[in-house]
Amino acid sequence: MSDAAVPAAPRRIRMTVIGPILALVLLVVAGALMNPNFLGWDNVTNVLARSAFIGIIAVGMTFVITAGGLDLSVGSMAAFIAGLMILVMNSLVPSMGVGVPVILVGMAVALLAGLAAGLLNGILITRLGIEAFIVTLGSMGIYRSLVTWLADGGTLSLDFNLRSLYQPVYYGGIFGITWPIIVFALVVLVGEVVMRSTAFGRYCAAIGSNEQVAKYSSVRVDRVRLMTYAALGLLVGIATIMYVPRLGSASSATGMLWELEAIAAVIIGGTVLKGGFGRVWGTVIGVLILTLIGNLLNLTDFVSPYLNGAIQGAIIVLAVVLQREGKAR
Amino acid sequence: MKHFVSGLALAAALAAPAWAQDGETKVIGVSIPAATHGWAGGMNYFAQATVDRLEETYPQLDFVLATASDPAKQVNDIEDMVATRNIDALVVLPFESEPLTGPVQNVKASGAWITVVDRGLSQEGIEDLYVAGDNPGFGRVSGEFMASALPEGGKIVVLRGIPTTIDNERVEGFQAAIEGKNIEVLGMEHGDWNRDKSFTVMQDFLSKHPQIDAVWASDDDMAVGALGAIEAAGRDDIKFVLGGAGMKEMIKRTMDGDAMIPANVTYPPSMIATAIEITAVGLVSQAPVSGDFIIGSVLVTPENAETYYYPDSPF
Repeated sequence: MSDAAVPAAPRRIRMTVIGPILALVLLVVAGALMNPNFLGWDNVTNVLARSAFIGIIAVGMTFVITAGGLDLSVGSMAAFIAGLMILVMNSLVPSMGVGVPVILVGMAVALLAGLAAGLLNGILITRLGIEAFIVTLGSMGIYRSLVTWLADGGTLSLDFNLRSLYQPVYYGGIFGITWPIIVFALVVLVGEVVMRSTAFGRYCAAIGSNEQVAKYSSVRVDRVRLMTYAALGLLVGIATIMYVPRLGSASSATGMLWELEAIAAVIIGGTVLKGGFGRVWGTVIGVLILTLIGNLLNLTDFVSPYLNGAIQGAIIVLAVVLQREGKAR
Repeated sequence: MKHFVSGLALAAALAAPAWAQDGETKVIGVSIPAATHGWAGGMNYFAQATVDRLEETYPQLDFVLATASDPAKQVNDIEDMVATRNIDALVVLPFESEPLTGPVQNVKASGAWITVVDRGLSQEGIEDLYVAGDNPGFGRVSGEFMASALPEGGKIVVLRGIPTTIDNERVEGFQAAIEGKNIEVLGMEHGDWNRDKSFTVMQDFLSKHPQIDAVWASDDDMAVGALGAIEAAGRDDIKFVLGGAGMKEMIKRTMDGDAMIPANVTYPPSMIATAIEITAVGLVSQAPVSGDFIIGSVLVTPENAETYYYPDSPF
């Protein structure tokens, strides 16, 4: 903003782009000043791996929101899929033994269940024409109850030997970069390409900005919408595959509020909540901002932990204000 | 008419021995929070098991069990129990003290016996029987173990639960017990009795502090998260993690002599069973059962762990 000589139009565009990045940079600088370990390799990989679950889901959410939809069920869906995956793998141990095949079956179950759950949401929304908010609010409750029921109110734990075998999927990696980070990066790359350079990405934006016009322009609106929900479901499945090996358990508290974190990340990143414009790389910045706030608050003793939520809320609003300000001028 | 009859029965129940009204069925309402986390899951399990057992033992007793996902739902449950089942006694574990005080007082006014479990009401004198765990004691026992396990003193980090009176009482008890024992608390953060939250908090503790001697996780779900983080970081400076509440998997590890989990401190979810059993005894016998029943928190060590291991419970 200091450079007054720059013409108005480019500056406008730049501010909406720079807003989230600026917030992220500020957080990183603040973190580095407050704690020397902040930029240490361990902490950086911790933060990135932690962001992976919400991040993978948020990439899918970017498409859903861009196409004018919403999905509140992703957190409970992740919990349900995690529970289902653990049950299936545990039940296969006696017949198949502890080995890679069992884990592959578990992964397949997670992907299929995610895809099916996403399709179910999508079909209810597009074929029956029910509001996305209501459909996914309903499925949110259903999956949350189902996992509580599967776990009998307690916790589902993966067979101990199987967990040891499966653990490297979260903790292992190549060249010191763990698998969740690699998968997250791949998902982001694919998402960015699809959003920017494919017909599907443009259809999403078209539907989100004006459904009628999109329909008259011979975009198959219902089909594209259905695909966004199905893709999101599949990504929830992928996130769960990364999540289960971390602690090897699922309970009714798993994935609590993930849906809101994912939606917040998407909006912080510059995607419009009403639809019509989406930015996958922005979502990544949004996820990183959210994770970094929690990380920073843990690494410093500046504020009472009772106020963590308030700080988090303030930074989220600030990050959005920062980019909207550019637009308003 | 029905109201009048059971009103009579109730008056008789309070005044005279139970065998006086043979054939008259009495109803006990049990209202508890839903199984939203491990401990509550265990509590639900013990409530159901106790109800099943008592219905078989005492044919003259009938039970209504309702689980609520929030305080408003619990108020509705209790109102329904009075309106449709005309309960003679209510066993309630309040979701929150404030919102439940009024409704429970109304049940009391209808003449029913009131048993309050674990979380007290915000007004005294409503309940006939109070059954609860000992939160300051839970903290104290944990602190005493910490002090004895680190005789030379040491550096510890603390994971706290959801910010509530329960959590505050535990932490205060703990701090009082370690005072002057040369134990330095490097940091305290809320893990919200949640595995994932505790995993991240512990990771950040590990990044922040190069030397940690022990962890007071104050709950077994949080201990699981903390252990995951320690294992992943490959740190061997941490000698042990002290959880709490007695989750069966953790009791098992203590029983098997796992050095990382040398002990546990009980805060039994089965206290709901105590409350229901005593209430039932009060209704069917002449034994006086009013008053306070505080269930102490006990230190579980490899020697006595077997007594506290319930493989059938979900918690």
